[in-house]
Amino acid sequence: MPGAAQLIAHLQEICGSEHVHTHPHALAPYQSDGLAQYRQRPLAAVLPGTAAQVRAVVRACFEAGVPWVARGSGTGLSGGALPLADGILIVLARMRRILEVDLRNSRVVVEPGVTNLAVSRAVAPSHFYPPDPSSQLVCSIGGNIAENSGGAHCFKYGFTTNYVTALDVVLSDGSEARFERDAPGYDLLGAFVGSEGTLGVATAIELRVVPAPESVRTLVAFFEDTASAGQAVSAIVAAGIVPGAIEMMDRLSIRAAEQATGAGYRLDAGAALLVELDGPREECRQRFEQVATLCARAGALDLRVALDAAERELIWKTRKAAFGAMGRVAPAYFVQDGVIPRTRLAEVLERIDQLAAAYGLQVANVFHAGDGNLHPLVCYDSSRPGEAERAERLAGEIIKSCVEAGGSITGEHGVGVDKKAYMPTMFAEPDLDAFHRLRCAFDPVGLANPGKVMPTPRLCGEVPGPFREHPLEREGVAVRF
Amino acid sequence: MALLAGATKVLTPASAQEAAVMLAEAAAAGGRVRFRGGGTKLGWGVAVDGDWVELDVGRLNRTLEHNVGDLTAIFEAGVPLARAQAQLAAAGQRLALDPPDGGATIGGVFATGDAGPLRHRYGAPRDLILGITVALSDGTIARAGGKVIKNVAGYDLAKLFTGAFGTLGLILSVSVRLHPLPEAQVSARGVAADPGRLVEVVLALSAAPLELEALDVAWSGGRGAVLAQVAGAKARRRADRVAALMRERGLQEVEAITEDEPLWAAQRAGQRTHAGALVRVGARASELPAIIAAADAARGTLVGRGGVGAFYLDCAPAALPELLRSLPARAHPVLLDAPPELRVSPEQVWGAPEPRALELMRQIKRRFDPAGACNPGVFVGGI
Repeated sequence: MPGAAQLIAHLQEICGSEHVHTHPHALAPYQSDGLAQYRQRPLAAVLPGTAAQVRAVVRACFEAGVPWVARGSGTGLSGGALPLADGILIVLARMRRILEVDLRNSRVVVEPGVTNLAVSRAVAPSHFYPPDPSSQLVCSIGGNIAENSGGAHCFKYGFTTNYVTALDVVLSDGSEARFERDAPGYDLLGAFVGSEGTLGVATAIELRVVPAPESVRTLVAFFEDTASAGQAVSAIVAAGIVPGAIEMMDRLSIRAAEQATGAGYRLDAGAALLVELDGPREECRQRFEQVATLCARAGALDLRVALDAAERELIWKTRKAAFGAMGRVAPAYFVQDGVIPRTRLAEVLERIDQLAAAYGLQVANVFHAGDGNLHPLVCYDSSRPGEAERAERLAGEIIKSCVEAGGSITGEHGVGVDKKAYMPTMFAEPDLDAFHRLRCAFDPVGLANPGKVMPTPRLCGEVPGPFREHPLEREGVAVRF
Repeated sequence: MALLAGATKVLTPASAQEAAVMLAEAAAAGGRVRFRGGGTKLGWGVAVDGDWVELDVGRLNRTLEHNVGDLTAIFEAGVPLARAQAQLAAAGQRLALDPPDGGATIGGVFATGDAGPLRHRYGAPRDLILGITVALSDGTIARAGGKVIKNVAGYDLAKLFTGAFGTLGLILSVSVRLHPLPEAQVSARGVAADPGRLVEVVLALSAAPLELEALDVAWSGGRGAVLAQVAGAKARRRADRVAALMRERGLQEVEAITEDEPLWAAQRAGQRTHAGALVRVGARASELPAIIAAADAARGTLVGRGGVGAFYLDCAPAALPELLRSLPARAHPVLLDAPPELRVSPEQVWGAPEPRALELMRQIKRRFDPAGACNPGVFVGGI
C-alpha cells in the first residue's frame, strides 16, 4: 500500500517505535475483540500514551487517508474493534490514569483505558459507578463509551450515556473538541456515546458517580420453568418495585454455570431468578420481603437469600460465569444480545425453544429480566458438518423474533460488524439515511471505524453545492446513494 | 409575549404524514418554519423577525402506545404533558419529568429539554427518551431508537433532537421510559442566610445514600432554603432522616412536609421570569455560593437543582450585564426567558460555544436541514 511505510514511520515518531507493532506475531493479540470468530490483522497497531499522541496519530492517518479503528480492552462482543486490513488499530490500553476524583461534586475524570471496575474502586466505599458490564474487571471506559454499555444494574440505574458528563474527543480530521452535558447547542455528547467509535475517539472522560446504596439484599429463586419465573418478574414490576438487578437463567445455563462455580444453584430448576434490592435501608427491607412473597406466589420451588457479602458474591459469580461456562456444555456458541419488551418474554422464549428444536440445536438463555435484554447462547459443534452455519441462521432467526416482538437487535453489545446485516430488520432506509447524515457530519471522509454499524458502505455527499465525483466513484469502487 | 415584525401563516396538520408534507412544501418554497405545541416557549431563543410558517401540532395528540407492563409509552408531539401524566397516573405510572407546565406539550418539552425538580433523580428529557420519529425539511420521515428501555442499535438521534429547538426537524412522536408512581412523597426543608451552610447541606445530602427524588435550593433577598423530597412506602421515616441531617448541619426552621406540592410548584415557578430576565446556568454543586453571589449582585432570585448544578436566576433586565459578569467562568449561561429586545444576538442568548463543537453543529444542521428551513437563526451560533 503506497505511503504505508511512511505513515508507520510517522506513527513511530509520535509514539515511540516500541509502541508501534507491525510484526504478525506482535499483532496477533489485536486481531479480534471478544468475538473470536472475526479475525483481522491491521496494518499496524499503535499504543499512544497521551491525548496529544492520540491526536497526532489520528491526524497522521487523516493526512495519509488511512482509516483506523480504536480499541480499549478488546472485550467487545460485536466485533466493534475488529481491525481493518489496510487500517491502523489505535489501542488505548496504555492510557490508564485516573485524572481526577472529586467526590464532593460526585465526579471523576479518567483516561479511556481505565477499566470500568477501577472507576468504582476509585470512589469506593462511599460512591460507585453504576454501569457494570459483566466484563467490568477488564473492559475499558472508552469501550463503554463506544457501546453505551449497560450491565446488570442498568434497569434501575441507567446506562453509560446517563453518567457521562463531559468528553474530550479527537475527531477524524485530528482536531479536538470538548462535549459537555448541558452545554448550549446540540447534544453532541449524547450522539457520541454509543456511536461505536465511528464519530471519533475519546481521550478524557468525565463521569458522574453516585452514593453506594446503604443496603443491599440479594436472593436467588428457583422455578420450574422460565414462564413462572417470568410471572414473578411481572408481579414485581406491577408492584411498582424497581430492583437494583433482576437476572434470569434457564436450565442449560444454570447447569453450565453451576459446574463452573459450585455455588449451589439447583440443577433440577427450569429457571433461576436473581433479584437484588438496593437502596435506603427502610425501603430495601420492605421491598425485599415483598419480592420474596411474590416469588413464592409465582411458584418458586426454593428461595436462597444471601446472608452476607460472601454469599452475595457467590450468587453473582454464578450468573457472571454463565457465558464463559457454556464451554462446558457446548464446544462453541454464539452470544446474542436481543431485547424484547419484557411483557413478551414468555412468548419469545417459547419461540426460541421452537426455533432451536427446528434447527436441532441447543440455546441457553441468560438475561436481564427487568429490561428484556436476552443473551441467547446458540450452541454448536463445528466438527459436525454444517452445524456452525445452521447455528448462525438460527441466531439470525432469534434476532428477527426479537425485532418482531417490538424489541431491538442489540441491548448493550453494539452492532459492530456482527449485527450490521440485521440493521435493516429494525430500521428502514430513511432511518439508516438519517444515521448516515450524523456520521457524515462528524467524519465526512469515512476514516473512523468504517465498516461498522451501517449495513452497506456509503459515501458522504457534499452538502450542499455542485456534484463532485469522489475518486472511489471514478475508479468504480464505490457507488453514491 | 411581544409580537415581532413579520407575518405568520399557521398550518394545522391533522396527522404526522400531513405535517411532514407541509414541512417539506414550506421548505421547498424557501419558507422559514417553526413548530408550535402549547406555545409556551416560543419566546425562547434568539428573537428573529420576518415571516414564518408555523406548524401547529395540536392535532398530533394521540397516545400511540402505553405499555404498562414494560414501563414505556409513545406519545405524539402534540399531547399535552398534563394529559399524558393523567393517563399514566391512572395506571400507577408517570413520566418522571416535571417542568413548569402551563399547557406545554410533549414535543415542546423534549424540543427544549425543559426539566423540573425530578431532574435530580430521573435526569433531563434526554435521559428519559427511548426513541423518536421526526420529519425533516426534505420530506423524510425517520425513526431512531425504539420502544424498549435497553437499546443501542444505531445512532442516538433521539438525544440529538432533544433540546435542538426544532432546528433539525419536527418531532412527530417520542417513545419514553416510565416509572412507577410513588406510594407516598414527603419533603424536608430548612433555611439559612449563609450560602456556605446551604451548599454544605446540599453536598451532604448528595453524598448520602438516601435516593432523593429531588434536591433543590432557593435563594431570595439574602436568605435561602434547601428542599429535598423522598418517595416510597417509608417516605416519612426517610424524610425525618433528611430533616435530622439538615438540623445537624445548621439549617433553621427545619421541617418535614407531607403536603409538599406547593413547595415544588414554587420551585417550578421560579424557572420562569418574574423580574424580566431569566438565565439558566450550569455549574458544579460546590459552586452554589458563587452562583448565589451572582444572583445577589444582580439583586435577583435563584431556584434550581442543587445536587445536579442546574440553576435558574431571575433578575431585572437592567441587571443582566451585572449578573453575567459575576458568574463563574464555566457556567454556560443561557438567557431563557426574556423580552425580545434582550434576545437579539445568538451570543446574548446562548453564549459562545466551543468553536469546534459549533462547527460540528453546523455540519449536522446542514445535513439534516439543507434548506435551512427549520427555526433558522433561533439557536446557538445563529443556526
